[in-house]
Amino acid sequence: MSEKALYELGEHIASKLENEVIGTSVTFGELTILARAEHIQKVLTVLRDDALCLFKQLIDLCGVDYPDRAKRFDVVYHLLSMQLNQRVRVKIQADADTPVPSSIDVFPGAGWFEREAWDMYGIFFADHPDLRRMLTDYGFRGHPLRKDFPVSGHVEVRYCEDEKRVIQEPVSLRQDFRDFDFMSPWESAEYILPGDEKAEEEGA
Amino acid sequence: MAEVDIKNYNLNFGPQHPAAHGVLRMVLELDGELIERVDCHIGLLHRGTEKLIEQKQYLQAMPYFDRLDYVAPMNQEHAFVMAIEKLLGAEVPLRAQYIRVLYSEIGRILNHILNLTTHAMDVGAMTPITWLFEEREKLMEFYERISGARFHAAFFRPGGVHQDMPDGLAEDILAWTETYPQMIKDVETLLIDNRIFKQRNVDIGKVSVDDALAWGFTGAMLRGCGVPWDLRRSQPYEVYDKLDFNIAIGKNGDCYDRFMLRIAEMKESLKIIRQCINDMPTGPVMSLDNKIAPPRRADMKTSMEALIHHFKHYTEGFRVPEGEVYAAVEAPKGEFGVYLVSDGSNRPYRCKIRAPGFAHLQAMEFMCKGHQLADAPAVLGAMDIVFGEVDR
Repeated sequence: MSEKALYELGEHIASKLENEVIGTSVTFGELTILARAEHIQKVLTVLRDDALCLFKQLIDLCGVDYPDRAKRFDVVYHLLSMQLNQRVRVKIQADADTPVPSSIDVFPGAGWFEREAWDMYGIFFADHPDLRRMLTDYGFRGHPLRKDFPVSGHVEVRYCEDEKRVIQEPVSLRQDFRDFDFMSPWESAEYILPGDEKAEEEGA
Repeated sequence: MAEVDIKNYNLNFGPQHPAAHGVLRMVLELDGELIERVDCHIGLLHRGTEKLIEQKQYLQAMPYFDRLDYVAPMNQEHAFVMAIEKLLGAEVPLRAQYIRVLYSEIGRILNHILNLTTHAMDVGAMTPITWLFEEREKLMEFYERISGARFHAAFFRPGGVHQDMPDGLAEDILAWTETYPQMIKDVETLLIDNRIFKQRNVDIGKVSVDDALAWGFTGAMLRGCGVPWDLRRSQPYEVYDKLDFNIAIGKNGDCYDRFMLRIAEMKESLKIIRQCINDMPTGPVMSLDNKIAPPRRADMKTSMEALIHHFKHYTEGFRVPEGEVYAAVEAPKGEFGVYLVSDGSNRPYRCKIRAPGFAHLQAMEFMCKGHQLADAPAVLGAMDIVFGEVDR
């Protein structure tokens, strides 16, 4: 599908949903629609039922975390239209406190994807019938895909010989967790190199 | 006689059950023999792949994809490298495209052999698995000869594939495609008209087209309902548009159709494999752009530039321009997609893996409701679930 057709499709969607859509863009040959979180159900319904869209399949739903933003999460919907042979991406912004309307009424297949987004990011979906954790362990605490969640996690498990069961303990690392970025220190390192802290102080 | 309050029976299926195809725990609510409710507990194989990928450079993240659907490893890698290439705008040499398609199809047969035979075993047929797993071993040898590993190949690279095919491999694969159809025929004679097999599968787990679309089915689950949707044909990537093959579809959307469809797909894959080997041009198998691909070993001995590129490539890695893309391939189980967000650094900012099995398993409750308990393994078997990709 050509870029022009994507632009036209984007314009059509934007004109159809004037109050619900904030903007559209075409990058890397893919159409992205930015929508208002509170109207997501309507946006998805129109995309599904409009005769020029017919995006009948919800392929994917996931969260993305941008901790520096006021509304730190993106919820990203990927839809597929077999009639147009076209894909579209719908993005809304959310934070940890305000719930996003669940799209389960529009696409029943959204249920597990929303559970996963809740599990991984703590994005709350209002009116979801069964918003339990999806992939993490029973009794898990925290939302692991948030950028401020450590890779090592908070607890580790082992079998306790005394209690005859598996117990959870705080993670103890024998050496500090090391984060290699292998960036060239001349070009892109934004941190102070080890040993350089003093030079900064003296210079100041 | 006093009225007795009959309660539904709750049954715990798995997580250690041979028909659960891995570590699936299902809490079934039964009314006699009939399934009232299915509550799938997944995540027992969750390894945090997406979190780990965010910590790694693009090249280092690639091997994680072998470990998702470990039954057809290279198909997963394919989606990831395609996403990276889309962001980089990288060109893939034609020979590399053919090798990728060749190995994706070998992966498809690998997957279908496992699925078909275990599905048959779940409903009581022991023999197919003993016959076809020998063939599977041969295919894994083809994997080993090109990548050095039977399973976790880590063979695809952004910009091409790691190595060219060794001498004699193409002839051996061709020779195998001549003998394999007889094996399929043998298994067909055992199963397709078998009364027990039909009783266990025909009209079991039936799905209509509208339901299949609403639940996000892709791959064989969708084609089984009669929708001729295959990404290899409808949104062709690599060289699929140059190849001649048919898309098999079912009619009734039941477990039997899905089974038959996968058998037909194996035959089509054989056709693609033959064409790939016959049409494959000579030339490089890796992009010649030194910013994406490492230099050739021989160049490193003489060229300082090449040595620097090699060092930078394997330490710092390459930067990927800022942006977000979604790349999908027709994996054996359905649409396998990678949603990649890059912030311009040498690591992915976010990498969401869209596994087909996740969407399919979600419909387990919907498909099993009202069926007998004994039908649940048949439905699950025909769904083609592998927990590496469902749990990630």
